[in-house]
Amino acid sequence: MTTIERSVGAGVRRLDGPDKVRGRAPYAYEHELDAQAVFVAIVQSPVARGRITAIDGSGAQAVPGVLAVLTHVDAPRLGEVVEELRVLQSDAVQYAGQPVAVVVAETSEVARDAVGRVRVEYESGDPDVVLSADRDDLYAPEKLMAGFETDSVIGDVDAALAEAPVSVDVVYETPNQHNNPIEMHATVARWDGDVLRMWDANQGPHNLVPVITEAFGITEDQLHITSPYVGGAFGSKAFTHVHQLLAIMAAKVTGRTAKLELTRQQMFSLVGHRTPTIQRLRLGARPDGTLTAISHEVVEHTSQNAEFAEQTATATRLMYAAPARRTTHRLARLDVPAPTIMRAPGEAPGMYALESAMDELAAALGMDPVQLRLRNEPDRDPERDVPWSTRNLVACLTEGAERFGWAGRDHRPGVREEGRWLVGTGVAAATYPTRRRPSQARIEAVPGKPFVVSIDASDIGTGAWTTLTQIAADALRVPMDQVVLRIGDSRLPKASGAGGSTGITSWGPAVVDAAEQLRDRDVPAGGLTVTGSSGPGDEAEQLSSHAFGAHFAEVRVDRDTGEVRVPRMTGVFAAGRIINPVTARSQFLGGMTMGLSMALHEEAVLDTRRGHYANHDLAEYHIAANADVGEVDIAWVDEVDEAHNPLGAKGIGEIGIVGSAAAIGNAYWHATGRRVRDLPITPDKWFR
Amino acid sequence: MREFRYEKAADPAGAVALLAGAPEGAYLGGGTNLVDLMRLGVATPDVLVDVRTLTSDLVEELPDGGLRIGAAVPNADLAADLRVRQRFPLLAQALLAGASGQLRNRATTGGNLLQRTRCTYFTDVTQPCNKRAPGSGCGAVTGLHRNHAVLGATDEGPGSPHTCVATHPSDLAVALRALDAEVRVLGPGGERTVPMADLHRLPGEDPSRDTTLAHGELITAIDVPGLPWAVRSRYRKVRDRASYAFALVSVAAAMDLDGSTVRDVRIALGGMAHAPWRATVAEDALRGGPATEEAFAAAAEAELAAARPLPDNAFKVPMATSTLVRTLLQISAEARA
Ligand SMILES: Cc1cc2nc3c(=O)[nH]c(=O)nc-3n(C[C@H](O)[C@H](O)[C@H](O)COP(=O)(O)OP(=O)(O)OC[C@H]3O[C@@H](n4cnc5c(N)ncnc54)[C@H](O)[C@@H]3O)c2cc1C
Ligand code: SF4
Repeated sequence: MTTIERSVGAGVRRLDGPDKVRGRAPYAYEHELDAQAVFVAIVQSPVARGRITAIDGSGAQAVPGVLAVLTHVDAPRLGEVVEELRVLQSDAVQYAGQPVAVVVAETSEVARDAVGRVRVEYESGDPDVVLSADRDDLYAPEKLMAGFETDSVIGDVDAALAEAPVSVDVVYETPNQHNNPIEMHATVARWDGDVLRMWDANQGPHNLVPVITEAFGITEDQLHITSPYVGGAFGSKAFTHVHQLLAIMAAKVTGRTAKLELTRQQMFSLVGHRTPTIQRLRLGARPDGTLTAISHEVVEHTSQNAEFAEQTATATRLMYAAPARRTTHRLARLDVPAPTIMRAPGEAPGMYALESAMDELAAALGMDPVQLRLRNEPDRDPERDVPWSTRNLVACLTEGAERFGWAGRDHRPGVREEGRWLVGTGVAAATYPTRRRPSQARIEAVPGKPFVVSIDASDIGTGAWTTLTQIAADALRVPMDQVVLRIGDSRLPKASGAGGSTGITSWGPAVVDAAEQLRDRDVPAGGLTVTGSSGPGDEAEQLSSHAFGAHFAEVRVDRDTGEVRVPRMTGVFAAGRIINPVTARSQFLGGMTMGLSMALHEEAVLDTRRGHYANHDLAEYHIAANADVGEVDIAWVDEVDEAHNPLGAKGIGEIGIVGSAAAIGNAYWHATGRRVRDLPITPDKWFR
Repeated sequence: MREFRYEKAADPAGAVALLAGAPEGAYLGGGTNLVDLMRLGVATPDVLVDVRTLTSDLVEELPDGGLRIGAAVPNADLAADLRVRQRFPLLAQALLAGASGQLRNRATTGGNLLQRTRCTYFTDVTQPCNKRAPGSGCGAVTGLHRNHAVLGATDEGPGSPHTCVATHPSDLAVALRALDAEVRVLGPGGERTVPMADLHRLPGEDPSRDTTLAHGELITAIDVPGLPWAVRSRYRKVRDRASYAFALVSVAAAMDLDGSTVRDVRIALGGMAHAPWRATVAEDALRGGPATEEAFAAAAEAELAAARPLPDNAFKVPMATSTLVRTLLQISAEARA
């Protein structure tokens, strides 16, 4: 066999890029353009809690072009699905924006117009949507998301805090935030007899299969979902949401191909959000900066129709050494839509709080905040008491400090100005868990033809089309053009969804495993098909595995207007082997930008009287614009961690957002001398 | 979206005649605001009369050194016009501080002045809003109003049919208000001229009306009178992100200095009221007085004494004060240099 250059590690440009910019990569809604499709529009409840007392679709039904109006009275009954998905199954209203009917029509314009003609009467009560740490109905969930324990306590934390010579006791708040991928959620559904065909925007077709088969009483063989191209997701397309079920119902009732695309406004109530958090951080330390106690208590919300317990303080369980430590999570069940995962659920808000508190502690100690972190570096996982597979936070901090020009920083706040700008710098650390999930892959070999590699992986814009091709090429020892990759299809071998930064660590090893079965085997003329698999082993119990990183930011604050600018950021990451530096850089850059956006812009505002997200469009829910993003310097340290997978890779999709908001908040304090402890840091907060 | 007819006329008079016969019709400029509102069901015209290329799209000289801006001039072209940039820098700055490059290419001068408020209750047909659905109440006054008015609003409580605390979103209108521009209008009864001072109105007891124009009146041009000292003028917009956001507060100002004395001054504020807010109290306080930071601050405070903020927009008062002071200081520093 001729040796070829390795593809893994090469800065290969996105293979799907040319098709995407030419409009040749069809997204979900662009399928079935020639079908005599019907279009679905959703009627939403303006009240946040109550009951439908009367509903009358006849006005809508009378509009020419309207084919059906479905309400809870006559919509198809769903099988056993979780409460948040029981759409049009009862008269109960549990959140503002809840679908109470759908209109199915010959055109999307007619469908949307008829929405206003469905008459609905409600019996409603005042919505309960305000999260507070003083509520008397806060409760401890059984478990957190991803199976984490709700609380963790080691040692006598209160005593350690009381005895600590230096301590901080602060509360941080993060707001409701909404995933806003550029592609709105869209579903095209058609029943071919009793087989359901779907083109859908999601983070992995197999994620949807259990729910949809159960909801409509069909088997896996009767369901075929494809989604090869997805325009971003950030978690909001990971799970089944009600719009998919509504589209399937419409297809069933009309016997036609049904198309449903959410509006941007609807995305604020129908596809989840990041819970707001209230986080009390208490840190105790000796005068030399050695931590003696860490306490991180989280209050967050979930909805009436779901229990979503975000794992906000779990990163605090491993970041720093300290003998006494406590993390807790409490939930309030509010009249809000069900929360969901949003890039680095848990770590993003939790590390914002921990890393801000570390900065406050450094200030209280009169210590360099980089040094404070180095001082408290644990040599084993401090709570699980197992070794790290690899932990290179120190390298990230020192290399980041070097690149950013941290040395010689005057740690006093509020003493630098350039014209009317107050100038400061800040640092924060980052971490994200490394895991893998069960996945399978198939390779078909035919002499003289490229290998066909099939896996129900998902590229939500991350670059998986490219990186999986690179991995397959190396594993098969062929150039990349000898690999044809197929992903995003429920009929391909089952793989985990794109989420939790587990794509490459789960899919890559399955592809490698399949390739290894082909190695040294003669492929018969008729071809040969092999399947490989991969999944978590006992490394998850024996080792603590995480990616780490360090963020540095410069912040300028206009003292006349309170406007905040971030002219430069540096991010250095230790995230295992980097499969493709081009697409990896984009992931870090996107994560850091989203962190900047979290720090300065993003907040979905609940109207406390009416219970809806009042700023539900992109004109009012601000995400960072290009002009907000300055120079972003990105680097990574050499790290190969083969404990979890033969590629030595960790996940990189989420760590970029973790900690970046804290670095900016800390720099804001360094610039101005003021702490803003409730994100986002908008100009109005300068004036309070 | 309601079904609508699309019409084009041969000339402005034809367009006026078309709309005179269509009480639920509307003119279509660039459509960057109107079409959005139609998609949301907020605007429901049954006929659109396209005027985007109907009126003049030229910027022409007026005898007094001023400029006549055709209603069809795209925002981008107006911002790039050399005469605008030299004679009325605040005007070019206001335009460039608004929307995005693509929107400015499409948006017209006439349409910009008549864009509707960004109040999120106005744009959501499931919410109460006296401006959109007269008599339904005001959702914003007890809800999301962080970027709502602190001056000249009507607040009689959420249930009152009079209550409206919305702001006018146009940056261009604020600059034109400072420049005492006049709007040339063609209606069924002929032509008339409306001073910018009279174009936009405060909500009073009828929040449904943004302006004093009658149905079917067509903006044909805007006259900006000559003002030699406007060469030293500025538009300063404070917003939540570096671009692509509406003003929290904006200041349009021009100042004529005689040594260190203010000979004359023009100030208009944006983001503060239902209409561009001409700061006449501050102007009067400054005229003939010293061009000092103390005087600027005193004038700003005097102007803002009338502010009646809501719980979540009180920041606008100190923000407008310090932004105004800084803008005047910058103009006077520039004048001295
Ligand atoms: C995302 C976004 C961000 C924006 N940001 C800003 C900003 O920061 N600052 C800012 O100032 N603006 C901003 N805008 C608004 C933008 O400036 C306006 O949408 C635009 O100027 C409207 O011009 P148009 O020609 O498209 O008007 P249209 O949408 O066509 O019309 C607007 C109104 O004017 C009427 N009309 C149009 N022409 C005439 C005429 N000749 N005579 C009489 N009536 C007429 C129409 O009937 C309609 O009622 C933003 C818009 C968007 C979508
Ligand atoms: S402020 Fe005005 S526009 Fe907004 S909801 Fe109240 S009445 Fe409507």
